[in-house]
Amino acid sequence: MLDQIFSVVFLTGFLAATLRMATPILITALGEMIAERSGILNLGIEGIMVLGAFVGFWVSYQSGDLWQGFLWGGLAGGIIGALMGIVSVRFHANQIVTGLGIWILCQGLSSFLNRRIFGISSVRPQLPTLPAIPIPGLSKIPILGETLFNQNIIVYGTLLLIPLFIYFLRQTSWGLHLSAVGENPRAADAAGLRVEWIRFLATTFGGMMAGWGGAYLPIAFYGLYTDDLAVGRGWMAIAVVAFGRWSPLGMLAGALIFGASSALQYRLQAMNFPLPYQFLLMLPFLITLIFVVLFVRGGGGPAALAKPYIRTQSE
Amino acid sequence: MMSDKSPSVIVMRGITKRFGSVVANDNVFFTLQKGEIHGLLGENGAGKTTLMNILYGLHQPDSGEILINGVHSHIKSPHDAIARGIGMVHQHFMQVPTFTVIDNVILGLQPFYRPALDRRHARQRLLEIAHLYGLSIDPDAYIWQLSVGDRQRVEIIKALYRNVRILILDEPTSVLTPQESEDLFHTLRRLVENGLSVVFITHNLEEALAITDRITVLRNGKAMATLPSVHATKEELASLMVGRQVLFDIPTLDLPDVSVNEVLSVEKLSVKGDRGSLAVRTVSFSVHQGEIVGIAGVDGNGQSELIQVLAGLRAPYEGRFFIKGREMTNASPREILQAGVGYIPENLEDALIPSFSLLENAVLDTHYTPPFSRNGVLDFRNIVRHARALIQSHDVRVPDEMAKAAVLSGGNKQKFIVARALARNPQLLIAAHPTRGIDIGAEEYIRNLLLQKRKEGMAILLVSTKLDEIMSLSDRILVMERGRIMGEMLREEATIERIGMLMAGSEA
Repeated sequence: MLDQIFSVVFLTGFLAATLRMATPILITALGEMIAERSGILNLGIEGIMVLGAFVGFWVSYQSGDLWQGFLWGGLAGGIIGALMGIVSVRFHANQIVTGLGIWILCQGLSSFLNRRIFGISSVRPQLPTLPAIPIPGLSKIPILGETLFNQNIIVYGTLLLIPLFIYFLRQTSWGLHLSAVGENPRAADAAGLRVEWIRFLATTFGGMMAGWGGAYLPIAFYGLYTDDLAVGRGWMAIAVVAFGRWSPLGMLAGALIFGASSALQYRLQAMNFPLPYQFLLMLPFLITLIFVVLFVRGGGGPAALAKPYIRTQSE
Repeated sequence: MMSDKSPSVIVMRGITKRFGSVVANDNVFFTLQKGEIHGLLGENGAGKTTLMNILYGLHQPDSGEILINGVHSHIKSPHDAIARGIGMVHQHFMQVPTFTVIDNVILGLQPFYRPALDRRHARQRLLEIAHLYGLSIDPDAYIWQLSVGDRQRVEIIKALYRNVRILILDEPTSVLTPQESEDLFHTLRRLVENGLSVVFITHNLEEALAITDRITVLRNGKAMATLPSVHATKEELASLMVGRQVLFDIPTLDLPDVSVNEVLSVEKLSVKGDRGSLAVRTVSFSVHQGEIVGIAGVDGNGQSELIQVLAGLRAPYEGRFFIKGREMTNASPREILQAGVGYIPENLEDALIPSFSLLENAVLDTHYTPPFSRNGVLDFRNIVRHARALIQSHDVRVPDEMAKAAVLSGGNKQKFIVARALARNPQLLIAAHPTRGIDIGAEEYIRNLLLQKRKEGMAILLVSTKLDEIMSLSDRILVMERGRIMGEMLREEATIERIGMLMAGSEA
């Protein structure tokens, strides 16, 4: 078995799968990071991923166009993100409670719609998944080529988002406004920034990204929809944000670790690893837990995270 | 600098502002002339900050009018105020600690449709302003790395960067060392030389006299008088502020006999702060019976951490301390209180539970002992008696003992806290900033109370950032700077200059 693990074929397949599995977590985490930087902790993204997955699957199935499905998965997520934004920003609701409510709402909604539309049958409708697009030349590099340059287009797009996000956060006034609102909303308010509006936009964007992260699953990975498709990837995304210290590069590292643990789990199952498969299924979460305990310490997040901002009239 | 012919850049006429039933400003008249430093003097709650918040657009007046350069103006928001050339530096700085100085200065200035930042241009302009007014600052430093004095300069630069011509400073020196205050005064003079006008809010008489051209005194929301600083005296201003004569010099008492009875002894104590670095570095000192030992220093130089260790609220890193000869280094807060310690925490909020009544707050630290409880059941008859006694004997102004702690004013809260600490009959009283943020009346009362207790033989460790308090109450003065005790002196040897040098970190 060990020689199986250390073969080039295994390694190549494993690394490529790692990146494919990391992508939906990373998309969702990037969006959550934007929301958190504005001071809104959206715990509902697990549910939003599920809804995004369902809407993405349904629209793709009906229209026969994966891209339409992907687009609508994100829009559905954006609508829920906006709902979270209105409740937590405009009405200063407790974000933990609101987020958990959003999670349950989306989970139930997706499950309900799935039964209404597709019924309960043992034969699940299937989609063709997005094809891998090998980059000419580069994809022929041993190991690395297969990993980095023979992926579907969403994987490429997500990787390109990283430098874009870094530029946005470091070099634009929009990024500055976003962080100011999450670090010290009073100071941001005094500087003339529209705290509530910025937070609302950030939360809506975060919801949209979670919708896309979810839509990725049926469209680029599984080709079908089940109620437990997201299985904790939304929670992992929240862990990835904290693990990556709210920075895109750190989050990439985090997403890869969790992607790797998922990929490893599948491979171990496939090669009949002598352990009940239920334990293998736990592996990614166990690894998440270990990493969070080891590396996510003492906060370090935006100072005003999860704190409603209420402008007071008198000082 | 100022002459009677100078035009008024600001005229506030008949300004009235109510918050609920409280009249914060009552028909106030205020003028600011071009090129003057105008002191706005009054006790806490006199309405100084409210008046300036109105000028800065944070509050809307209920009645009255504002003229800027002779033109009637309605100032809708701080943004509006800045656009009209009025800037304000608050006591709490409006800064993002995780940002650099530049990013804080340019925050909110760029139009939405042009998001790319041009930090090079901003840095250049910032340095020009800093140079022109003699404000030294590192534009690339992060705010959290800066001292309070630096952070204040950042606020001033922020205002100047926005082309402000009128600058309002709210109690700017309350957080500064004497030397930093001097620097600030220098800057303010540079500003008015360049044609700016400054409003300087303070409750400190000497400062008002030292830096301003004219002074307006507020009391209970009313403007009592406006007078040129050169003609004003401390006594006159004080009686305008308080409405009666105030004694400035607390009579000196006989020297304590420090050869006897060491009550607190601290040996080479080191303490880690919240960030994990050493906040207190090998500090040793002692406090004797009948002695007040004052610890002076700018806030944030390890005083808080030191006090927390002595109260059992923080674990020391190294070293030991003894109370009446018994080692208490790792004792719990309750054990320390039981060993004969009274504790006045540095924040009023840390001493009372706001949603509890005074009745319950009166026995927070003693509720488990007789006569307040028997076999775990509270005896409210005795608790009521105790709470009433505390309230009456220290003139705490409340409707009754059932009132929630939250409704008390700062001064009354502190009187209650001090009363509770003294009711334990402690042999050692740890008093951290006992008069911070409270009115002159309560301040006077608490200071006299401390002196009286000292006379009765209590050992008192006093931590304060107010130099006048330290110098008038302490028998011995220690100065803390970056966690170390920079120097120790007897009251007779102490001068503001000497303490100030030590506070700034230079060996005297």
